[in-house]
Amino acid sequence: MNLFFAVLTPFLGAVLVAWASRFGRSHAAWAAGGVALTALAWLSPLLSQPFAGTTVVQRLEWMPSVGLDLVFRLDGLGLLFAGLILGIGLLVILYARYYLSERDSMGRLYAYLLLFMGSMLGVVLSENLIQLLIFWELTSLSSFLLIAYWREREMARMGARMALAITGAGGLALLGGILLLGEITGSYELSVILASGDLIRGHSLYLPTLILVLLGAFTKSAQFPFHFWLPHAMAAPTPVSAYLHSATMVKAGVFLLARLFPALSGTPEWSWLVGGAGLCTLLLGAVVALFKHDLKGLLAYSTISHLGLITLLFGIATPMAVVAGVFHIINHAIFKASLFMAAGIIDHETGTRDMRRMQGLWQFMPFTATLAMVAAASMAGVPLFNGFLSKEMLFVEASEMASQQSFGWLLPVTVTVAGIFAVAYSLRFIHDVFFGGKPLELPRTPHEPPRWMKVPVEVLVLLCLVVGLFPAQTVAPLLAVAAASTLQTALPEYNLAIWHGFNPALWMSVTALVGGVLLYLVRRPFSLLHDRFEGQLDARRLYNALLQGLMVIARRITALLDVGSLQRMVFVFIGFALLLGWMGWSGDRSVLTGSRPLLPVDAMSLLVTAVLTVISVAVVILHRQRFTALVLVGFVGLVVSLIFVKFSAPDLALTQLLVEVVTVVLLLLALYFLPQHSPVESHPLRRSRDGLLALLVGGGVGALAWAVLTRPHSSIGDFFLANSVSGGGGSNVVNVILVDFRGFDTLGEITVLALAGLAVYALLEKLHISGPSQNADGRDWNWDLHPVIMASFTRLLLPLALLVSVFILLRGHNLPGGGFIAGLVTAVALIMQYLANGVAWTHSRLSANMHPVVGVGLLIATLTGLGSFVFGYPFLTSTFGHMKWPLVGDFELASAMAFDLGVYLVVVGATLLILIHLGLMHGKEPVRGKGGH
Amino acid sequence: MEALLAFVIGLLTACGVYLALRGRTFPVVLGLTFISYAVNLFLFSMGRLSIGQPPVISVSANAYADPVPQALVLTAIVIGFAMTAFVIVLALKARADLGNDHVDGQN
Repeated sequence: MNLFFAVLTPFLGAVLVAWASRFGRSHAAWAAGGVALTALAWLSPLLSQPFAGTTVVQRLEWMPSVGLDLVFRLDGLGLLFAGLILGIGLLVILYARYYLSERDSMGRLYAYLLLFMGSMLGVVLSENLIQLLIFWELTSLSSFLLIAYWREREMARMGARMALAITGAGGLALLGGILLLGEITGSYELSVILASGDLIRGHSLYLPTLILVLLGAFTKSAQFPFHFWLPHAMAAPTPVSAYLHSATMVKAGVFLLARLFPALSGTPEWSWLVGGAGLCTLLLGAVVALFKHDLKGLLAYSTISHLGLITLLFGIATPMAVVAGVFHIINHAIFKASLFMAAGIIDHETGTRDMRRMQGLWQFMPFTATLAMVAAASMAGVPLFNGFLSKEMLFVEASEMASQQSFGWLLPVTVTVAGIFAVAYSLRFIHDVFFGGKPLELPRTPHEPPRWMKVPVEVLVLLCLVVGLFPAQTVAPLLAVAAASTLQTALPEYNLAIWHGFNPALWMSVTALVGGVLLYLVRRPFSLLHDRFEGQLDARRLYNALLQGLMVIARRITALLDVGSLQRMVFVFIGFALLLGWMGWSGDRSVLTGSRPLLPVDAMSLLVTAVLTVISVAVVILHRQRFTALVLVGFVGLVVSLIFVKFSAPDLALTQLLVEVVTVVLLLLALYFLPQHSPVESHPLRRSRDGLLALLVGGGVGALAWAVLTRPHSSIGDFFLANSVSGGGGSNVVNVILVDFRGFDTLGEITVLALAGLAVYALLEKLHISGPSQNADGRDWNWDLHPVIMASFTRLLLPLALLVSVFILLRGHNLPGGGFIAGLVTAVALIMQYLANGVAWTHSRLSANMHPVVGVGLLIATLTGLGSFVFGYPFLTSTFGHMKWPLVGDFELASAMAFDLGVYLVVVGATLLILIHLGLMHGKEPVRGKGGH
Repeated sequence: MEALLAFVIGLLTACGVYLALRGRTFPVVLGLTFISYAVNLFLFSMGRLSIGQPPVISVSANAYADPVPQALVLTAIVIGFAMTAFVIVLALKARADLGNDHVDGQN
């Protein structure tokens, strides 16, 4: 369960942090840090297991009947990533506290950051691939929020949308790949899939599976040709970039490559696709990075290049290359996070990120400059820093590949060229920013950042050095378990040392270093060339064209289907339903009337039906006189409740009766703001067409009802009837179904009710509407309202009505009644006070703030459900018992009654919320008081 | 009796459909109310009709009406109210924003 809680903690923490930010910026930072530490604490008891060679798998049965479980897995690779996510996450949290300006919302950033952290942890700790995919999509969504953090900036919104579109499309492809994997192996669990590599590779669906999975990984890891979203994602605040583009978001793609390596690798297809994409990306990123003038742009393309490097290593697919790939994941995360943070400090202190404007910053911030230099040296692959080690391993692998394939020599040449560019852009990052003259008209005079803003960078730079100098003593054990769990086989022999003798790799390194310096010195003409053609050859153009095309098609289809007239759409909809009904009817040869014996008709029923017919037809004829029509509709509702009385449904009759009252009050309140009459505007032909359709639909529905009513029937109701008393402890079966057997449904329903109440409230909040100052007959409204006798009576009635509602609530489990009905009784009783005594009078005695009532009701209902977990039962299991009360005697107490209390409160709260706030709209009236006392 | 209820359901549906096809918001809301009545009765009738047999367990009763449709309809009635409230407030909003109460927002 620890893994489950480790993943859950950041999600819950996001809410906590959003709340904690009310108390101040530092509170939010402390809370966010605390959340990350808590997640780490959940993991800590398990940390030693991967080092002992065990893979921890923790299973939480979710829906065992359909084989859906929440399964988490911790092995070396998961451990490495979890460590990066939480470790760098903590540093980013600390850094962000000092980065954001006073105007930016601290809580929002941290909440998004924690959402993202939780999603990433879910990705790297999932055992089930479907589950992995869900977290994968969550990372896309939460990174969208993070990139668009400065939502008022157009670039941020555009960048976020592009990242979401690309990674979201990749996620869709990945879903396809995962489903195919499940189809091939018969399981979605990694332990099965990783062990069935031969089965997968030999399967006829191998290639489509591979391509779909790779699409997912490449889009996420910004591999060519999907790399273009990453530079646009730089519109995010720098702490976000430092987090997303060093250790997490973009690493999810290479994580997937590593995760599925044993299942998918080892074929020419894998080598060509993965290696090819990696090689292109490596070179392209490195070349473009040199010419970017934006600090973060340079880092973005450098990130693309390094991701290409990692992908290339997985594409080479020898065990040693995989070790190198995993190693570079670690190294890149460390130095890139620190470089982004350094870039953020520079941006923060100078107010610009344009390298053409800044130079000579060394004299203002020598300490930051030193830190950045170490990190940049690591990025360039200079010996003694960590980046050198994994890059050297790449050179070894590339030079060994050279002899194995025709055109194999291309590989070492290309990686060396990429290495030259990497050295050149790293040099540019340092030299252009910190040296070479005096800064030009900077917006601010730079100086060293606050103490604690430097700490995260110091920690990371220290790691660069320590790993670079003493790899065997520091990173080796972690690398070994991570690489072993990636390979799922024994590790190859290797030696993490700085000096390996005079081998080809060394000469490649030397070439890269010397060539990089030379390239930097002669870069000017190339840079001009790049500036001239920038934006000419850009995959973003293709993306935009595709997107626009899609929009055009979507608009055309919408225009084709939606004519912009509700009347016509409703007509088409109903007509189509009628057509479908008729088709179902005509295909079947069974008779309309079934064999069930009919109930005899009595005179009263006949009379009531006749009255109902007259009223309904009257509503249709008189519907233009809205007030009259409304009163008649109320009458129809009363007859419907009589029908429920007649046919053995006392609960329904009570509910219908009460709902009718509140509905009529509601519509009356609303009618005040609407015209009192509908104009005659539709053509007689149209009216007869509508009438014909209505008659056909009515006839069809009536015939359907007749067909069902006359057929024999057996129902699951028998089960509820048999078990209601013994299982639910109540004899009113309808109520027991609502609060016990199907309590979960009811919880959903009261949630909907609460949401509807809140939605109405939200709509009314911003509504500015004024009603007429005169009634339909042209007379002024009489504001001298509230007849004395009625007012006095309703005041007297109130306690009585409340007593009745309590009575109905309590007896509901055994006799008609319950939370819904009692809630409506209370609501009607309180509404009566408004009607009889006026808004002002009632308002001074009853708060209009019904949100807490709704909230408490939902909380009680949910807690009652959760309570059963404490006793080891599933959600919403109820219990009951009898107790003796003095005077009252034997009294039954069921936990479902607490649930019913929740229902009661939600019904009262939501109903009053709607009616009171609609009523208060009248209070806003400027005409109020006119006509006077 | 079944024929009477089937007739009532058909009648309420027909009135509801006709009103729902009108061009102004208020009659449409009334039409939706009618359709709610019809749908609730229709759902309720899926348990067939019985007289004098409420689904409340007691020693004297020998048969009960089907409680399942009743439980379904009970919440449907309450949610129907919430829906009506939402739609009518939406109608007010449309009136306030567009200056008329036509369902297509144009006079």
